[in-house]
Amino acid sequence: MTNPLLEVKNLRTHFHTERGRVTAVDDVSFSIAPGEIVGVVGESGCGKSVTSQSIMRLFDEKRLVEYEGDILFNNESILHMPQKRMQKIRGNDMSMIFQDPISSLNPVYTVGDQIAETIRLHQKVTKKQAHQKAVEMLRLTGIPAPEKRVNEFPHQLSGGMQQRVMIAMALSCQPSLLIADEPTTALDVTIQAQILDLIRDLNKDMGMAVMFITHDLGVVSELCSKVIVMYLGEIVEITDTESLFTNPLHPYTKGLIQSIPQLDGDRKDSLPVIEGTVPSLDQVPNACRFSTRCPFADELCKQEHPVLEHDRDEKHVRCWHYKKIG
Amino acid sequence: MALLKKEASFTQEMRSFRQRQKKLLLRRFSSSSLFVTGAIIFFLLLVLAFIGPLVIPYGPVEMEVANRLQAPSMSHLLGTDEFGRDLLSRIAHGAQVSLWVGLAVTVITSFLGLVIGLYSSYYRVLDHVLMRISDGLMSIPGVLLAIALMAALGPSTTNVIIALSIVFTPNIARVVRSSALVIKEQTYIEAMHAQGASSFRIIWKHIAPNTISPLIVQATFIFAETIITEAALSFLGVGIPAPDPSWGNILYDGKLLVFQAWWMVVFPGIMIVLSVLGLNLLGDGLRDVIDPHATKGKK
Amino acid sequence: MFAYIIKRILSLIPVLFVVSVVIFSIIHITPGDPAAIILGQEATQEQIESLSEQLGLNEPIIEQYTNWVMGALTGDLGTSYFMRETVEEAIINHLGPTLSLAIFAEIFALIIAIPIGIIAAYRRGSWLDQSLMGISLLGMAVPSFILGLLLMLFVGVQLQWLPIGGYAPLSDGLFTHLKFLILPAISLGAIQAALVARMTRASMLEVLNSNYIKTARAKGVVERRVILKHAFRNAFLPILTVIGQSFGTLIVGAVVTETIFNIPGIGQLIINSVERRDYPVIQGVVLIVTFIYVFINLIVDLLYGVIDPRVRLDKK
Ligand SMILES: Nc1ncnc2c1ncn2[C@@H]1O[C@H](COP(=O)(O)OP(=O)(O)O)[C@@H](O)[C@H]1O
Ligand SMILES: [Mg+2]
Repeated sequence: MTNPLLEVKNLRTHFHTERGRVTAVDDVSFSIAPGEIVGVVGESGCGKSVTSQSIMRLFDEKRLVEYEGDILFNNESILHMPQKRMQKIRGNDMSMIFQDPISSLNPVYTVGDQIAETIRLHQKVTKKQAHQKAVEMLRLTGIPAPEKRVNEFPHQLSGGMQQRVMIAMALSCQPSLLIADEPTTALDVTIQAQILDLIRDLNKDMGMAVMFITHDLGVVSELCSKVIVMYLGEIVEITDTESLFTNPLHPYTKGLIQSIPQLDGDRKDSLPVIEGTVPSLDQVPNACRFSTRCPFADELCKQEHPVLEHDRDEKHVRCWHYKKIG
Repeated sequence: MALLKKEASFTQEMRSFRQRQKKLLLRRFSSSSLFVTGAIIFFLLLVLAFIGPLVIPYGPVEMEVANRLQAPSMSHLLGTDEFGRDLLSRIAHGAQVSLWVGLAVTVITSFLGLVIGLYSSYYRVLDHVLMRISDGLMSIPGVLLAIALMAALGPSTTNVIIALSIVFTPNIARVVRSSALVIKEQTYIEAMHAQGASSFRIIWKHIAPNTISPLIVQATFIFAETIITEAALSFLGVGIPAPDPSWGNILYDGKLLVFQAWWMVVFPGIMIVLSVLGLNLLGDGLRDVIDPHATKGKK
Repeated sequence: MFAYIIKRILSLIPVLFVVSVVIFSIIHITPGDPAAIILGQEATQEQIESLSEQLGLNEPIIEQYTNWVMGALTGDLGTSYFMRETVEEAIINHLGPTLSLAIFAEIFALIIAIPIGIIAAYRRGSWLDQSLMGISLLGMAVPSFILGLLLMLFVGVQLQWLPIGGYAPLSDGLFTHLKFLILPAISLGAIQAALVARMTRASMLEVLNSNYIKTARAKGVVERRVILKHAFRNAFLPILTVIGQSFGTLIVGAVVTETIFNIPGIGQLIINSVERRDYPVIQGVVLIVTFIYVFINLIVDLLYGVIDPRVRLDKK
């Protein structure tokens, strides 16, 4: 096996909030190989965004956040390196796109300026060359008439185009890792499919690894080779996409799969199979975190916190009874 | 019988709910340091204005020519002015004047602003007319409009109140109108219409109560603005006529004597700053407590 | 953009109409006969009659109003009762010092307020932020005429650094001109600075929370550039509005500040005119200052379009 590109080791992310310290990401470990597309799934509020932004170290480290554990990127520890060095990695070796493209682009600069800025931050090129490169990147992401679009402002583009601009910007320095945080959630279904195709194609052509965050398991099956399931700040299961659908281990994963709407079913009609909602961070059970909602939970689950067990193959699961439930 | 009991227990519950709400609000008030500081300053101002004259052994216009321009001392704590009048006594009476003018203008503008704001939020055509008028009035800088009005009306305390009420009413009307417009769009108001409730009832019983919180907050700021503007007018010699002791008047005298009697400038100046600071803090605190979501942004 | 400018200018017509009616009415809400009041108690009936005639007070009110407005539109604001000059001349002679003072005060305010607001936002929650905001809260409670008097007292009288009154026109040289304006400009600009600093901080904090700031950080932009390039330009729009709105307050503040520092601006003009009940001058000054105020806000609105591309296009 090759060396992993990204290795997250026992990552904990604590926030200092008005109501005290909360732990949004708790003991998370996983790795991503070069060129691999890894999905991260879980309901909203499970810590997917916090995990990804911790990897990028985007939180305010002076006031808001405190990290524990370690993150290795190309075998270099990045979690505790000075921000100055981290800035050289961000946008260059590792970049990120977000859920809502219109609010993620600066409204007062043209899209060309914003892409060119990224390039000039990390490469020694002239303004003109950067601009040229921006046009190329726009063309690469399938934007028609890129020479014209490059001088437009974000609000002049459609949502799908805006997300393409974000992708063009993120990939403009050929990073080895792209973190995509629900990049299609805010888009129409047809546009969603186009963006997914684009990411898959670019992954093939440019060879960057992708950490793809979504709460849509359908997307995972199309795109990812490996899947990380998160619940309430923890990883509850790591598996390959194939067995995610054929043989899910954790009751939470099973619930997620059952709540995928059938092809002929209407999304709104299908009831959520998992009852209840994700508890807030100050109500984390001191036991199995899913026990408050799990149909299989017994006394043990309500008292003891299970560890992430390494099952056969590359599978990990955090459940007392996964063998029994089978 | 059972029904009665049920109702009684329901009222009981409502009452204890309201009490809890009250306690919560009280706690929010007392935990808001802005509000508490502002309230303390304002309270001290009241004490000075109403208890002060009772204990200060000099009248505000009582002249002692022998004691002209005395620096602060044990017999005249804040010194005396060019006629030998006790400055502390004049400042205490000046506090009464400021508070009276401030209160009168605040009450008048709140009432007029409430009526104008409510009705213009409710009737489109009226809204157009009233809001153009208020746009016009608000685009004339306040102090200038007040100066011009004072020139026309002639100097007197009543005229200061009239002039400042004209200047500040559009401001309150705007605030009331914008919160009334939000309420008006709500479905329950439409439902009331459908049930045939009269416009008067809808406006005063259902819309008006919801505009009170922003109105109170704004009124606090208008109070502070009034104190500043009255002082400025009197300082310019077009406000409250001498020899009435208003803070602005004392400053007017003090300006001419700034080389000889620093106390005539410093003390009334401090008083104005403190009362404005107190009222601003009170307003900020009220806003935080009553309307925690509106804290951000504009002031 | 052009259509937008036209539309914006047209929207001023009703505002200016109301303004003109209000200012015109000033002379007519005077209790009693304005001519009698102007002339004082010793005036004979004939004198009063002839002044009324001269002022056109005997004509129907609508006609008086139309005459006044038509005059104002053609730059004729009438004649002062007391000074041997027209109102336009009087205003032009006094406007320079006031504008100079207001502009100088605004520049002073912006130079200190915007960096303070940015620093406070950047170091939010720190002791520096808290003390800067505490000072600004206090600053907002100090009216300019009081600060002016205190500055005059401490800097002018006690330390004798700077002149405590008077004025030198720009033609006497920039340095002399500014020397006389320093104390007035500080006292006038301080409250403005407090307001703008608070506004800058609030606006910056709001912008710093937005997603495109996260994007900028994710691109590897250094924090200083995030603040200055990505956040400030967006945060500047609300700041600009406040500046525009408060520039009117500044001019009015200048009116009051002038009387402290003996600057021969329109403040002195209007105060002297109030004492003499020189109504045409009072009306003229209020009209011109209001016009300047409205005009500045128009410019600010149009600047919006330059800074924020969304406004430029939406309003097309
Ligand atoms: N800046 C923050 N301060 C405090 N809590 C936060 C912050 N950001 C996220 N959280 C909390 O962390 C938890 C995980 O959030 P997130 O990672 O956004 O979930 P998701 O899986 O939907 O992306 C949530 O409970 C959220 O309330
Ligand atoms: Mg998320």
